[in-house]
Amino acid sequence: MAVLLDTSTRLLVQGLTGREGTFHAKAAAAYGTTIVGGVTPGKGGTTHEGWPIFNTVHQAVAETGANASLIFVPPPAGADTVMEAVDAGLALVVCITEGIPTLDMMRVVTFMRGKASRLIGPNCPGLISPGKAKAGIIPGHICREGCVGIVSRSGTLTYEAIQQTTQLGYGQTTCIGIGGDPIIGTTFVDALRLFNADPETEAVVMIGEIGGTAEEEAADFIKREFRKPVVSFIAGQTAPPGRRMGHAGAIIAGGKGTAAEKMAALSAVGVHVVKSPAEIGAAVKVALRSS
Amino acid sequence: MKIHEYQGKAILARHGVPVPRGEMAHTPSEVGAIARRLGGTVMVKAQIHAGGRGKGGGVKLAKTAEEAEQIATQMIGMRLVTHQTGPEGRIVKRILVEEGLQIARELYLGLVIDRAAERPVLMVSPAGGMEIEKVAAETPHLIFKAHIDPATGLLPFQARSLAFSLGLEGSAVGKAVKVMAQIVETFSATDASLIEINPLIVTATGDLLALDAKMNFDDNALFRHPNIKELRDFDEEDPLEIDASKYSLNYIRLDGNIGCMVNGAGLAMATMDIIKLAGGEPANFLDVGGGATAEQIKNAVRILTSDKNVQAVFVNIFGGILRCDILAEGLVAAVKELHVTLPIVIRMEGTNVETGKQMLRDSGLNFTTADAMDQAAATVVKLAGGR
Repeated sequence: MAVLLDTSTRLLVQGLTGREGTFHAKAAAAYGTTIVGGVTPGKGGTTHEGWPIFNTVHQAVAETGANASLIFVPPPAGADTVMEAVDAGLALVVCITEGIPTLDMMRVVTFMRGKASRLIGPNCPGLISPGKAKAGIIPGHICREGCVGIVSRSGTLTYEAIQQTTQLGYGQTTCIGIGGDPIIGTTFVDALRLFNADPETEAVVMIGEIGGTAEEEAADFIKREFRKPVVSFIAGQTAPPGRRMGHAGAIIAGGKGTAAEKMAALSAVGVHVVKSPAEIGAAVKVALRSS
Repeated sequence: MKIHEYQGKAILARHGVPVPRGEMAHTPSEVGAIARRLGGTVMVKAQIHAGGRGKGGGVKLAKTAEEAEQIATQMIGMRLVTHQTGPEGRIVKRILVEEGLQIARELYLGLVIDRAAERPVLMVSPAGGMEIEKVAAETPHLIFKAHIDPATGLLPFQARSLAFSLGLEGSAVGKAVKVMAQIVETFSATDASLIEINPLIVTATGDLLALDAKMNFDDNALFRHPNIKELRDFDEEDPLEIDASKYSLNYIRLDGNIGCMVNGAGLAMATMDIIKLAGGEPANFLDVGGGATAEQIKNAVRILTSDKNVQAVFVNIFGGILRCDILAEGLVAAVKELHVTLPIVIRMEGTNVETGKQMLRDSGLNFTTADAMDQAAATVVKLAGGR
């Protein structure tokens, strides 16, 4: 089994006709994902790479039966694009776009309250359920169907965790890049809850970074409810305070959000915390043996 | 993005927030002229992008215009060191001259995004004029907060409640409610990420004014605020960081001697961490981004090797969208063209990795390749002179 994304996913791509949208839609289709069409306002009625293009998400859903959307649009249009997908009732909305203003995302999460959609991202690599489907930009060839759930705030560090768990033969159920922005749709706690309920996920790798308190909230959740072993790496142990380390959300502000605090909170609830990103795979091995 | 106090006050004033009368100056004679126009006692305030200026000698009171001019003579060009500048300090180039006011009370007001609550939080404290981190740590009961619902904005009852918590009475309550609403309005109108007024003063005559102003803005929203973007002061930034930003490279200069080039912010931070674990010190954070071109790679190599402290370079790439062969091509071209002689350790994984490695081997250049990240880190630390 996998979470959020599987062979029943019917994926729409908002921004399909753009360069990135085209490239990654083709890669996702080649991986076996069912892509049903695209949305580009003003290009409705045309086709692109064989896929039908619609002016609105509502139209696209009515015509194709789409149940998920993958978003590649420029940052000024990001928030509006997400809200259009949510308004059309899509169960899963994955926003890859980097650089959406924080106040725009605040309006998005407010808009989403009480609605059924789940948003992944923005500013994320999306997700992949190896052997089944992918919605995003995670390279399929490094993944392998297996038993580890991966959730991460960072793109390329997700790939590291995937590669290491693939090389050791464990493989992954689903890998979720939740994104590096201060306000995101799906948090660590949301992802952990999904992995907790998935019988095939035997262990979880959680990759955090400096800034905010999402890792501390995850530690609380793990203590209360999580029943599977967790391996964690927190990036930015050596980051200077007050500097934004690439991701909009990765900043130690007012002495809060340090890697040391997060590592201590996670260790205290029994998480296998590794200091080096090279040790993630080995720690999964230890965690699975001892569970 | 950060701006200066005088710029922040101008923005606040446009939204109706009362601020002291004052003007910015570049020279002592301008300072004298402004002080004469204002009349009476004035404050002479060094403008740098850091707090704690008063303790470092960057804020002084002058009773006459002559005295103001004299203070400015010493202040302009001085290296102002505060707890936020680091030991190297900042050179003072701009001065704000303001009217002196009779202060009855000093309050604190701050507005930031509360990430966990996914909305802005307005914080006030009667303990103004002090470091708010210290107030929060030592006397947390003196900080009062109200979360702002994006759908409704700050509600009048919330503002009144905060005003009463500050111990305000009579007409001061209404004035505070108005100021709070104006500051919240400024925050959303400008896509600010932080507004801090410390202190917000109550004068002897019962007026409220922003005596200081710190404003930061969301970089991602600058596209819709060209007038704010123009306020960027390049003198306050590292020249290499400015250079890097021209090529959409995310570069932050640090103190060590190992230059780093990485794709992805998380992996870039992790690379710094692993260097430190191996006993070395990173010279920089550098994220070349997900889809770097050969041109960007070349500029990245140029920028990170122009830091004179750099003794060795660590390239750590996990090719997803960025293909390893593109990276190798860019690296080979850059090293040849820029005549880089420093040792370069390359660890790459992912898309087209074998082609990329072959290109590096065929180049005849002095690259050291490694498969594992920890092994690569150990190698680069040794080549940099290690410890």
